[in-house]
Amino acid sequence: MTLDEMEIGGVSVIRTVGGEGPLRNRLLDMGLIPRTRIVLQKRAPLGDPIEIKVRGYELTLRAADAQKIEVEPEPVPGRGDRV
Amino acid sequence: MILALAGNQNSGKTTLFNALTGSRQHVGNFPGVTVEQKVGKLKNEEDVSVVDLPGIYSLRPYTQEEIVSRDFIIREKPDGIINIVDATNLERNLYLTLQLLELRVPTVLALNMMDELWNSGGTVEIKKLSEALGVPVVPISAIKSQGISELVNRAKQVAEERILPKVSDFCREDSPVHRCIHAVVHLIQDHADRLGIPARFCATKLIEGDSGMDDQLELDQNEKELLEHIIVEMEHETELDRNAALADMRYTFIEGAVKQAVVKAQVNRSYQRSLRMDRILTGKYTAIPVFFAVMCLVFYLTFSVIGQRLSDWMALGIDRFTEFCSAALTTYGIHPVVHSLVIDGVFAGVGAVLSFLPIIVTLFFFLSVLEDTGYMARVAFVMDRLLRKIGLSGRSIVPMLVGFGCSVPAVMATRTVSSDRDRKMSLLLIPYMSCSAKIPIYGIFVAAFFPQHAALAMILIYGLGIVMAVLLALVMKRTLFRGNPVPFVMELPNYRFPSARSVALLLWEKASGFVQRAFGVILLGSLLIWFLGSFDARMFPVADSADSLLAVLGQHLEPVFEPLGFGDWRVVTSLISGFAAKETVVSTLSVLLNTGVAGLPDVLGTLFTPAAAAAFLAFTLLYTPCVAAVATIRKELDSTWQTGLVVVLQCVVAWIVGFIVYQLGGML
Repeated sequence: MTLDEMEIGGVSVIRTVGGEGPLRNRLLDMGLIPRTRIVLQKRAPLGDPIEIKVRGYELTLRAADAQKIEVEPEPVPGRGDRV
Repeated sequence: MILALAGNQNSGKTTLFNALTGSRQHVGNFPGVTVEQKVGKLKNEEDVSVVDLPGIYSLRPYTQEEIVSRDFIIREKPDGIINIVDATNLERNLYLTLQLLELRVPTVLALNMMDELWNSGGTVEIKKLSEALGVPVVPISAIKSQGISELVNRAKQVAEERILPKVSDFCREDSPVHRCIHAVVHLIQDHADRLGIPARFCATKLIEGDSGMDDQLELDQNEKELLEHIIVEMEHETELDRNAALADMRYTFIEGAVKQAVVKAQVNRSYQRSLRMDRILTGKYTAIPVFFAVMCLVFYLTFSVIGQRLSDWMALGIDRFTEFCSAALTTYGIHPVVHSLVIDGVFAGVGAVLSFLPIIVTLFFFLSVLEDTGYMARVAFVMDRLLRKIGLSGRSIVPMLVGFGCSVPAVMATRTVSSDRDRKMSLLLIPYMSCSAKIPIYGIFVAAFFPQHAALAMILIYGLGIVMAVLLALVMKRTLFRGNPVPFVMELPNYRFPSARSVALLLWEKASGFVQRAFGVILLGSLLIWFLGSFDARMFPVADSADSLLAVLGQHLEPVFEPLGFGDWRVVTSLISGFAAKETVVSTLSVLLNTGVAGLPDVLGTLFTPAAAAAFLAFTLLYTPCVAAVATIRKELDSTWQTGLVVVLQCVVAWIVGFIVYQLGGML
């Protein structure tokens, strides 16, 4: 499953971060790295971008970019901040 | 002594900078780029300067902000770094910290928003965090000015005694990443020493594939191959690619440090409050109506209530002062030409522009409150989808909307657009948002030619501007700005009360910048128009404005506007005078046509066909913005020739559209 396919309120753990160049590095810098736990908070009123919670803060990214992040349901508690 | 202030966006960096330096700061641009550089002297410390580096999340060489920050630290070698982090959002904030520590500069960590964390029942064990990171940690609250003197003392101490960070290794000793970094450090040590850049910083940047670092170090082919080999081996062992492996290393270290030192808040109050507010402000059905309501309120307050009233008072004051000076000069018996220079040139030109000042200040008051509370980030989130189609991001919507009020503050507001590409693109589009000073022109012409369809005509005019902006954006997206847009991956910070001091300082900065321009470029522009309007070709002062150079220029330009249906020198002259301020188009027309503004519609009927009037309206909408806006664009583009190009391009586009409108109108 990819990040943009998550349900609102759903919790997942990042498996891989795809994309390339500045986008990918930006995602990594913002703390979206493998095994990080994320929550899909909401979609913007026009359906895109999306808002996620990661490491205790709110981050927005476009669905097309979120599609490059593969996630899986949390099997064991993931890493990262949990408020 | 020079201290650099570094930190993430939304970490309270500007608030801290203002608390450290007060009003003793000045703004410039970093050499060659439009990234703002603020420098200030520490309060009560004449010999300590603080440089406010741009808000960044990492030290990668992708955005200008990141490049400027790392270049400053590497080249200018500040005596110390104050790294400000948000204590309520420590994990992500420390990511930049780890990269700063690799630069081997005496550093102090300013742990901001500690009051918020304490209020929510959490805390940070300062000693443990300080041990984990190897630098002094000082808890502060920038907005309440708490802990500032302690921070200053520690920063001065580490800088004076050259106390370097004690920790620079952020990975477990037996890990593949550790082995990789050390192998690379070993490989490049000599090169890095020659350049005077810390080898460890070079090593991690090389592993991250930073090609600039590659060139700087002048690695030979052998070394490059060895480097690649070391990295590939690490990728193989960690099963992560190089970038993910390093990010993983840093976040793993941070998670460990945070686990030891931070007692998480049970309920983070400001976070909970933000979530509640976002239910409305970014809610599915409420977000867009709320946004337009907010913008309408801001416009209403600025352009009808506060700003306009203040502007009227200011205009009145300027008028009185002008009358007084005029009378004084007449009594003194000064030469009429000098009298005209001072009164009609300087006072009229600068006065007209200065009366904008209250509007600009009022508008910026609201904009900075919206920005500092965190609402602007939400607007970007809500509106992103609309603007993405034309190659921009949601960040650009507010400056563009402000353009409907006045282009000057709109262009200034593009500073909040974080990517340089988007900022330049937005400010090129702003002049197409028809500003409020053009309304009188539309009013007169619509009343004269399309009285039955006044509302429709106005909608068409504004619509044409927006359509042109969209077309131009699409063209720019495929030509000038084809480069990759900066990814739209943006933090939505918790809602916070803005700091009164920061808002006040921003207003002061914007206002003084505008006044400086009013007495510089804008004064020159006004004087030029005055000169052309007051003298004839033999440099004699003219009694009748029909003999002036401006009129001669208008007459010479008549053929240019013939294909648009209004090749009359009086009309052309009024358009030229519109460069000084759009308000003067109507007044110039009424002077040249020997009629009051009230009688203008009747006289215009004899001068224009309806098709020509439509072409004139289209041309007025699209041609060069006024001198104040052009001066502001020049400041933001930081290039005179690019600005000149923009002005020429606007006139050309306006001519073409005017031509099409006239020809189509003729066929109807």
